[in-house]
Amino acid sequence: MVAFVLRRLGVLGVILFGSSFILYNVAAISGDPTADLRLSTDPNRDFLIAALTRELQLDVPPPLRYFLWLKGVLGVFVGNPNFGIGRDGSAVVDSLALAIPVTLRLVAAATLFAAVLGIMIGIVTALRQYSRFDYSMTFVAFLLFSLPVFWVAVLLKEYLAISFNNFLREPQIPLGWIIGIGLVSGLFWASVIGGSRKTFWVAYASAFAISSSLVAIFGITGWLLNPSLGPVVILALSIGIAFAVTQLSVGLINKAALRASLTMGGLSVVAFYPVNWVFDNYPGALSIFLMVCALITTAVFVGLAFSKIDRAPIVRTSIITGVLSASLVLLDKFMQTWKPYMETDAINYRPVPTVGQRNDILETNDFWISSLDVATHLFLPTLALTLIGFAGYIRFARGTLLEVLNQDYIRTARAKGLTERTVIMRHAFRNTMIPMATILVADFAGVIGGAFITESVFAWSGMGTLALQGIRGQDLNLLMGVFFITATMAVLANFVADLLYSALDPRIRVGSGA
Amino acid sequence: MMSRKSKASVESTEVLSGENAIQNKEIEGLSQGQIVLKRFFRHRAAVISLVTIISIVVMAFSALDFRLFGIWRVPGWWKWTPEDLPELRFGDCPNDTVGCPTISLLPKFLGGQGIGLGTHPFGQDDIGRDFLALVMKGTQRSLSVMFIIGGMGATLGIIVGSISGFYRGRIDSILMRFVDFMITIPVIIIGSVIGYRYGNLGATFLAFLLGLFAWTGLSRLVRGEFLSLREREFVDAARVAGATNKRIIFKHILPNAIGVIIVSVTLLLSGAILLETALSYIGFGVVPPDVSLGLLISQYQDSFTTRPWLFWYPGLFIISIALSINFIGDGLRDAFDPRQRRRISKKERQDSATARKLAQADD
Repeated sequence: MVAFVLRRLGVLGVILFGSSFILYNVAAISGDPTADLRLSTDPNRDFLIAALTRELQLDVPPPLRYFLWLKGVLGVFVGNPNFGIGRDGSAVVDSLALAIPVTLRLVAAATLFAAVLGIMIGIVTALRQYSRFDYSMTFVAFLLFSLPVFWVAVLLKEYLAISFNNFLREPQIPLGWIIGIGLVSGLFWASVIGGSRKTFWVAYASAFAISSSLVAIFGITGWLLNPSLGPVVILALSIGIAFAVTQLSVGLINKAALRASLTMGGLSVVAFYPVNWVFDNYPGALSIFLMVCALITTAVFVGLAFSKIDRAPIVRTSIITGVLSASLVLLDKFMQTWKPYMETDAINYRPVPTVGQRNDILETNDFWISSLDVATHLFLPTLALTLIGFAGYIRFARGTLLEVLNQDYIRTARAKGLTERTVIMRHAFRNTMIPMATILVADFAGVIGGAFITESVFAWSGMGTLALQGIRGQDLNLLMGVFFITATMAVLANFVADLLYSALDPRIRVGSGA
Repeated sequence: MMSRKSKASVESTEVLSGENAIQNKEIEGLSQGQIVLKRFFRHRAAVISLVTIISIVVMAFSALDFRLFGIWRVPGWWKWTPEDLPELRFGDCPNDTVGCPTISLLPKFLGGQGIGLGTHPFGQDDIGRDFLALVMKGTQRSLSVMFIIGGMGATLGIIVGSISGFYRGRIDSILMRFVDFMITIPVIIIGSVIGYRYGNLGATFLAFLLGLFAWTGLSRLVRGEFLSLREREFVDAARVAGATNKRIIFKHILPNAIGVIIVSVTLLLSGAILLETALSYIGFGVVPPDVSLGLLISQYQDSFTTRPWLFWYPGLFIISIALSINFIGDGLRDAFDPRQRRRISKKERQDSATARKLAQADD
């Protein structure tokens, strides 16, 4: 195993060397950094050219200059990386250090949403294969595949930012919208639930009634201007979450699990006021982290307290329920921050921004307001990346689940009389997740390179913007710095995906035959 | 191919009843190509997409004047060209804008202005150029860039993949290491680097250069197919019969791998058009005064609020092209996949059941 890992890491090193060599030379041949100086009419032009040549070692031919660059980069191993200097004289390492967290924030959120939504919808389409829902989701997936991200971005800016901000000034939801949203959501839920014609219409009617009355209530109460959940709604949602999680995780037949997760749901409501007190008096990431730790410990104890045998699934169920219902409390805190956030001068009731990764003129020391500001700035770019990315997950999850459902072990599971829930969740779903997990890891690295256009449309100063700046300004060191980071991430992610695959799938043994 | 056909006939003798009988009856006595075509034409979305893409190609390339072999001038069907500067249309535009589209799809009795194109169906840009002519020119550019990238990628990918899969050994490891190097570089980065420098040399040249970097994924796929196909009995049989390597590659292995290749080439095509438009959008692809769909969107995105048509039409063309190609790829995948079984409709099942009953009654 160790030999395998070491050998693979060696191969990765060789690959990185080769690809960076190719790109370095292609980029060096394509662009002459002194081109714009040659055209200038500056009297000390020749001096400037000479200075730039000396600084960037332009007199060394590109294939050799590459090794000078490589020598600096290999300083990573002795803790002193040197990616060279950019054209403006600043060290590339510093620019990268600023850009990496920005891109990671964007990509992590987008990949997470795309994967969760895509896998959920993909699984439903596979279970309802050849239904209308399946066909329409296939169409939606292909449509999203075909959308250019810059085009979607402009549409999102127009309709979800500018128009929505205008709408918030006078948030009266017209009747047509209420009915329309109700119709669409009714169709969606009825198709997901499926079943006989009668169930379809019952599901349609209830989904229509619930969503249109919710939308109507939001409009009448001005909820969009001052949203909150409050303990009562949190309690109701927590009970719903407890039932749903138990059903999916172990089945409602397991009374101990149901009791444990209902307790966790109830505890989050009990903790509502104390937690809000902590939020107000000790805001910050540290206190949230400590509370999450406390939450998981409590969940483990609750799970253990309610179970006598077969404890692990019950503890798992109570942890999932606990985390989900606790995030409702956190969500509620963000909702309470919404109104003060909108009232600040920097926002002035136009909360959805179109550009940037945070509001520069927002002067606040409040942890919650600045967090909400980051979240609103993440909203549109994340949505654009998610829309583009999750089509792939729908198709892939659907394909994998259909293949798994054709396997002999599924037939065996059905034949021995397991419930449909057990067959799907325990036998089919888990096996579907094996390839999905590896895809997810590889995709995460791929999106870092692909957030290029999105960053440029939304004016985020991340890695993509740096790379564009490097190309436009003939700044080879900057471009190579960005490339080196993204390429390293990509090959490492593929490596991790391989290891993950062999860890998850016992049929695949690392090192055998390789 | 032989093996597949014989398998089908074995199935049809073994399984006489039920769904298999219906499926096998359909492909009795047909060649592989005919089966594929038949399956493809059953995929409704794919056929609609095929019609769409063909009409877009014909419409775009015949809209403007062009020179045949550089000599004869063939007039296009559209009256304006991107170079014409007709007067900007004022009046009867909503919200005091200028140059709004004159296309009308609402018939008169529904309160519209009747179905018709008018002088400037897609409107005019800010200096009065006819936008339909611009969009057609852009579609031409984007389509040709797409086909060149796809063609280059397919050719190089098939050549490299089949050589390394067929000969294995040292050639294979050298080629595949090279592919490993290339695949690590994101296409958008290498595309931007190339496009920034060579974009002004014309769209065709740019497309050829981009094609040089688009073949890597396909070559891996082809190599995998070749590695498995070269171990099959029909290749041994051909070799025993004295076939040369060239004949084995082109006559025996390649036709069997063609399904996988065609499907991934369609994906390559739809990726290529999105790449070209994205590069043109950030300014590293087709550059003015040339026109491309991505470039049109990037030039007019700021006028979205006032004159949205400048944004909608190029986008709609990109989406229709990419969407059609994706659906055609899906249809081809279904058509080439021997495991793919069509859903037997309720009617067919009943028909077959009645037929069986009648047959039993006869006995």
